[in-house]
Amino acid sequence: MRYLCLIYDEEKKLGGMSKTDSDAFMGEYFAFTEGIRKSGHYLAGEALQPVQTATTIRVRNGKMSTTDGPFAETKEQLGGFYLIEARDLNDAIQVASKIPSARLGSIEVRPIMEFAKV
Amino acid sequence: MSEDVGEGARETVEAVYRADSRRVLATLIRLLGDFDLAEEATHDAFTVAVERWPREGVPANPVSWLISTGRFKAIDAIRRRARFDASLTEIAERLEASRPDVPEPDDDSVEDDRLRLIFTCCHPALTPDAQIALTLREVCGLTTEEIARAFLVPPPTLAQRIVRAKSKIRDARIPYQVPARAELAVRLDAVLHVIYLVFNEGYSASSGASVTRADLSGEAIRLGRLLARLLPEPEAIGLLALMLLHESRRAARATADGEVILLADQDRSQWNPEQIAEGASLVEQALGSRRFGPYTLQAAIAAVHAQARDAAATDWAQIVGLYDVLVRADPSPVVELNRAAAVAMRDGPAAGLALVDAILARGELLDYQWAHSARADLCRRLGRTADARGSYQRALELARQEPERRFLERRLAELHD
Repeated sequence: MRYLCLIYDEEKKLGGMSKTDSDAFMGEYFAFTEGIRKSGHYLAGEALQPVQTATTIRVRNGKMSTTDGPFAETKEQLGGFYLIEARDLNDAIQVASKIPSARLGSIEVRPIMEFAKV
Repeated sequence: MSEDVGEGARETVEAVYRADSRRVLATLIRLLGDFDLAEEATHDAFTVAVERWPREGVPANPVSWLISTGRFKAIDAIRRRARFDASLTEIAERLEASRPDVPEPDDDSVEDDRLRLIFTCCHPALTPDAQIALTLREVCGLTTEEIARAFLVPPPTLAQRIVRAKSKIRDARIPYQVPARAELAVRLDAVLHVIYLVFNEGYSASSGASVTRADLSGEAIRLGRLLARLLPEPEAIGLLALMLLHESRRAARATADGEVILLADQDRSQWNPEQIAEGASLVEQALGSRRFGPYTLQAAIAAVHAQARDAAATDWAQIVGLYDVLVRADPSPVVELNRAAAVAMRDGPAAGLALVDAILARGELLDYQWAHSARADLCRRLGRTADARGSYQRALELARQEPERRFLERRLAELHD
């Protein structure tokens, strides 16, 4: 079963890291990604640019509006994701708990909705 | 003659339902992989038993008979529905093909299924409210109405909570299994927490006019017994001991008209000696394991109280010693407050008051009524009446239950300048 692990971090906290710390943090991410590739959990994963680059789009009554910024202003911001293949929720939780940001921010684990093939 | 046989068989069905319907359900959830389907199948299996046992006699192994009957009924039901929804055919075929391991009497696999059910209902991915509702419904077999009444919530709210929890188990694929060794300690904590919440809800209702709701406490003790038998981990045994030792004081902890009686003032001849004996022996068993934790330590403290003739004869030094260990094992300001009360009994009220004031000075427990009533009591014993009055008044502002309010009002009225 597939799960999406949404990674939430405080951009301020990450931005405030020293060069050494942030290099070490990135190193942990590379090691983690390598680990879940080997274990067969990895399907996809990306990091996102900061929320200041976000644009939110709405179409109402056929008219489009665009606003600068994320959908919701929150203390922690969506900063990236992994799409994983896991046996069940326990397996997915085990994987998500090892994402480096789990220690600083939080990881939201969401099962992918599978539509029956017609 | 045949009518007697029929009557006997009907009684047997009822007895098996009371004793084993949860076992049948737990195994059917594993075989069918779906809570709702398994509940329906359990119900259907007992319906068939009511029809057939009086005619054909009670099977040699009623539980395995019910499990395989329930499984066939479920496959039938899926096949019928498959006429309208072709995607179900595959599910029915898969279920039919899977070899049902029909359990022998006392088979370990049935007991494992009960444990799987407990761990699934208490999965930390479910909200605590949902864990409690689901456990009482599925593991204990209480009706939705009974649970709603016990927790003072409208039945539709409770029903919704259970439906949502079951959907999450299915859609997020919460596995039906006992956690692996590495996770066991953390996951067991969650189960113990649910059981203790149920017990406390019954022992000291969080609001309303009645201080006790004995049914819920009894249910929690039954559940604690089941868990301690299925998984004899020290903390499971410690929690069972703790609940039994609290429960042993039920008759003595309030007057007939519901007034609170403090531990020191309780008529100890009303304490239940069987529950104390069982609780104390479980405490020893858990302490002997050397892998005990907070529940066992609290039970050990309760056991010291239970074995004292009166408050003065209590071994306060031993209680303070146990609190010292508990503060390290499970640091919390409430535990510190209880330790302060024990220190006051060992070393006098001034020593206790210094500790209580230190906790309050840290800004902790300021909204906890028992911190203020404990402080008031120590000030009263030191003759500091004005301070005692202020603290009783603060406690009164925070108290939610009527009997507790009356108790504090009585204490206030008894103060003399």
